[in-house]
Amino acid sequence: MPAGTEKIIEVKNLTKRFGDFVAVDGISFEVKKGEIFAFLGPNGAGKSTTIKMLTTLLRPTSGSVSLDGHDPARDPSAARRAFGIVFQDPSLDDELTAWENMEFHGVLYGVPKKLRRGRIEQLLKFVELWDRRDSLVKEFSGGMKRRLEIARGLLHHPKVIFLDEPTLGLDPQTRNGMWNYLRELNRTEGITVFFTTHYMEEADRAAERIAVIDHGKIVASGSAAELKARTKKESLEDAFLELTGKTIRDEDASAMDHLRNRAKMWRRGGR
Amino acid sequence: MKTIYIMWLRQIKRYLRSRSRIVGSLGQPLLFLLALGYGLGSTFKAAGEGNYFTFLAPGIIGMSIIFTAIFSGIELIWDRQFGFLKETMVAPVGRMNIMIGRTLGGATVATIQGLIVFFVTLIFGFRPTNWVLLPVLFLCMLLVALLFTALGTAVASTLEDMQGFQLIMNFLVMPLFFLSGALFPITGLPPALTALVKIDPLSYGIDSFRFLLLGRTVFGLGLDLIVLILFTAACLFMGNYLFSKIEA
Repeated sequence: MPAGTEKIIEVKNLTKRFGDFVAVDGISFEVKKGEIFAFLGPNGAGKSTTIKMLTTLLRPTSGSVSLDGHDPARDPSAARRAFGIVFQDPSLDDELTAWENMEFHGVLYGVPKKLRRGRIEQLLKFVELWDRRDSLVKEFSGGMKRRLEIARGLLHHPKVIFLDEPTLGLDPQTRNGMWNYLRELNRTEGITVFFTTHYMEEADRAAERIAVIDHGKIVASGSAAELKARTKKESLEDAFLELTGKTIRDEDASAMDHLRNRAKMWRRGGR
Repeated sequence: MKTIYIMWLRQIKRYLRSRSRIVGSLGQPLLFLLALGYGLGSTFKAAGEGNYFTFLAPGIIGMSIIFTAIFSGIELIWDRQFGFLKETMVAPVGRMNIMIGRTLGGATVATIQGLIVFFVTLIFGFRPTNWVLLPVLFLCMLLVALLFTALGTAVASTLEDMQGFQLIMNFLVMPLFFLSGALFPITGLPPALTALVKIDPLSYGIDSFRFLLLGRTVFGLGLDLIVLILFTAACLFMGNYLFSKIEA
């Protein structure tokens, strides 16, 4: 569906501080309804923090967000009804089966039973997990978990779907299949797609518009062609490097990562 | 309503799937029951207090409930670590329903665990004085389970990780258990200890169990129930408030 002029996401002067550290520094951008929008940036640039603020998981320090007309900070319930999200980190219940994880999600999002059952079958077949539907997720490989998460994120056909590095660790077949499915949803149901990725050719191919964030600030936005023209580069990858520099960024391993490791050790020892 | 149900169902499924946990968490109450029950039996009898095993059984049922219940609440930290919490947090449903569903699920699990211990005590020869009161006993068990699952959830909502786990064990669970009169009669204690026993909600839970199983009570069932209901309401309220404040 060609994007209209109606805006579904409007961000103004959005800022998030953690103590002295400014993770997101007064960014403003908008996403039009029905648009496929890529949000690019090096590690630690502020992508995930921004997505968390858009999806009601973090409260902004200042600035405003409007998502389908609702402020995620002030009216989280209304905002939550408008979007779906595939997180960057795993968010499945390991002790439930693939099917149960889907069912759980469908119930939480109020997808009517008949529609839910049909879509679960369709999506699990699509990510080739239908045969494994009754296996516990903890028996799955990393790639299988990722596929299940993508299937789950697509279950309730939201107005906006956020995909935080959805294709990380996926094989080209699944990646291609996922994008075909997303484009189809985008075309038939007008679903707005907001995604981040480190694969520049993916952004180049899929996104109608791109915003590049670095050090918490938006350094450029426009179509892939516009970014290439502006930086006088042949590829989006080169344009991206031109815009954000060539220094390698270290993302601080968060407390959460440490914990996850410790929990894994604990579990391994405990069972 | 559906949210509450699915959250409840999840807790139950997780419980039924971890058989090792079911068996594992029976170990400690059993050890207490047998080692202390028989070990201190003669001393207890010599002190004129009667059969210690019989006295101890309701306390050990309470023990298994409070441990399982607080752990069920604390499991929230696990969900946070493994990312599943985010999935529920962005769903378009009230956080209160999520919290209530979780808590009911955890409380159901803790009650079942308490029932298992109750049946184990029957195997070892424990007999309630009045079988008719058992349904009331089960309700009291559920109430105690609800109270401590909500408390566990409230505490877990404020913790980022499992580092605080030892703290919770040593400064919350253990004192609540040891000061509850689960192991010893709470009459004729030094005043300071009596005061501590009286502010421990589990004391009232154990007292109600002991009344319904043995017919002996210190506070009276009426007071037990009032205190338990008030504490449960307070913990649910607090848990709900803290849970609603969680940021991922």
